[in-house]
Amino acid sequence: MRPPSPSIPEKKFLYDALKQSLRLDGRDMLDLRTPTFTFGPELGWVECAMGKTRVIAQLDAKMVKPLPERPFEGIITIHSEISPMASPDYEPGRPSEEEVTLTRMLDKVLRRSDAIDKESLCILAGQRVWQLRLTVHVLADAGNILDCSCLAGIVAFKHFRKPEVEVIGDEVIVHSPSERAPISLAIHHTPFCVTFAFFQDALTRPVVDPSLLEQRLSAGLMSIAMNAQREICVLHKAGGVPTAPEEILRLINVTSILVKDLDKRVEARLLEDWEGRKVEVR
Amino acid sequence: MSIVLPGEQVPAQHVNLKLGPGLLQLSSETQQQAKSAPVIATRSGVLNHSANKSKWWVEGNSRRYVPAPQESVIGVITGRSGEGWRVDIGAAHPASLDGLAFEGATKRNKPSLKVGSLIYARVSLAHKDMEPELECFDAQTHKADGFGELKDGFVLQCSLQMSRLLLDPKHFLLPLLGSRFPLEAAVGINGKVWVSTKETKHTIAIVRCIEVVDPDGGGMDETNVKKFLSKLDI
Repeated sequence: MRPPSPSIPEKKFLYDALKQSLRLDGRDMLDLRTPTFTFGPELGWVECAMGKTRVIAQLDAKMVKPLPERPFEGIITIHSEISPMASPDYEPGRPSEEEVTLTRMLDKVLRRSDAIDKESLCILAGQRVWQLRLTVHVLADAGNILDCSCLAGIVAFKHFRKPEVEVIGDEVIVHSPSERAPISLAIHHTPFCVTFAFFQDALTRPVVDPSLLEQRLSAGLMSIAMNAQREICVLHKAGGVPTAPEEILRLINVTSILVKDLDKRVEARLLEDWEGRKVEVR
Repeated sequence: MSIVLPGEQVPAQHVNLKLGPGLLQLSSETQQQAKSAPVIATRSGVLNHSANKSKWWVEGNSRRYVPAPQESVIGVITGRSGEGWRVDIGAAHPASLDGLAFEGATKRNKPSLKVGSLIYARVSLAHKDMEPELECFDAQTHKADGFGELKDGFVLQCSLQMSRLLLDPKHFLLPLLGSRFPLEAAVGINGKVWVSTKETKHTIAIVRCIEVVDPDGGGMDETNVKKFLSKLDI
């Protein structure tokens, strides 16, 4: 069942409020909801919450034979599914439009942006490589599941530690975490995704991190994935309202500020969690 | 306070027993047994009863609304069907609203409701095997009784428990907000609350206050809400 479109009073009120630059949750037009992270007992398990939107990302690694055309590279796979748990609007079975967009964007932002060094996942050329499998579960959808999923995904990559392996000749020895400290993945850069919602009314400025209602009533969305070094990884705008190049440049500048802030927050939170873990090697 | 789970037997016994939502009396064959047939819970939650133990009900914190007769709900018109409309009230199935179930409505003179209009109505029929039915008037007096279309304003979603709290006249929130600025509100037991004020920022303040007081979210108490309100620009 397609979710029924919001009622007439809701539409009218939201457009009126946005014209006065007011948002229903009291944020500014260019304010993100502050993300909070909860880490599980396992490394690579993270729950990311932005307001009432909640996403779990889990990363696990196993050893596989590499693809014959890329014998030196590890494999990264991303699985994402939006179940009816997120919102009664989603149905099980056939993937919905939102789900296809989410899967494709996660693939672009996390895998094709070359954030994770795939060659460092190689153990024995042509024989053994690490396969990283990222699973993204959307627990609750209160708008902007894309940004939340990307954030959860990248934090899971940064949080994860793979066991140390030793290669002697053709033999591969995997050291258990109690024996040798697991090592973190080689990550080149950390892309963060920021989504803007555009509205039909020309006087209404775009809003960042749209809530569910804003997302439903928007005329179009634009997602920018960028790292703290101001490098754009993905810019995705499928349809929607025509936008002037200056406006897009302005939003890119806004994104760069937001991303720097996100990067700091993520690093601080990861460090805090790592300090609390006390992995001892004797 | 006792917590019950679905299927659990409830010690509800009274000559004039009234069961509220979440409770079911198992059917029995004879009249004699009917009075002492066991009562079981159909939902999980806290078991409550009135002082003389004649009325029993289960109060939970679910988010999915299950229609029950005589409850006031807020719904969105999703389409026409024959003589009436289909209404989304947040339940598992759409409800139907007859075109004649309004004050002063006749075959010729029906209210004009568009798809997307908000209505405040009462559940007149809720059977587990049938679609729920709504009405916008009191069937005895044929008066509107406050039901009908809700124009302008804004409708917000909250947990079912929050909407029950708001309906409690002793709850602090609506009187507190009403003392700051004039407001109109209609609370549907299905977790939808319609509010209307003159100024946009007042409506936003109400939306945010309900969100922080909601036991499913912040669960803020009165003193903190007063502090929270004073921080908002109203």
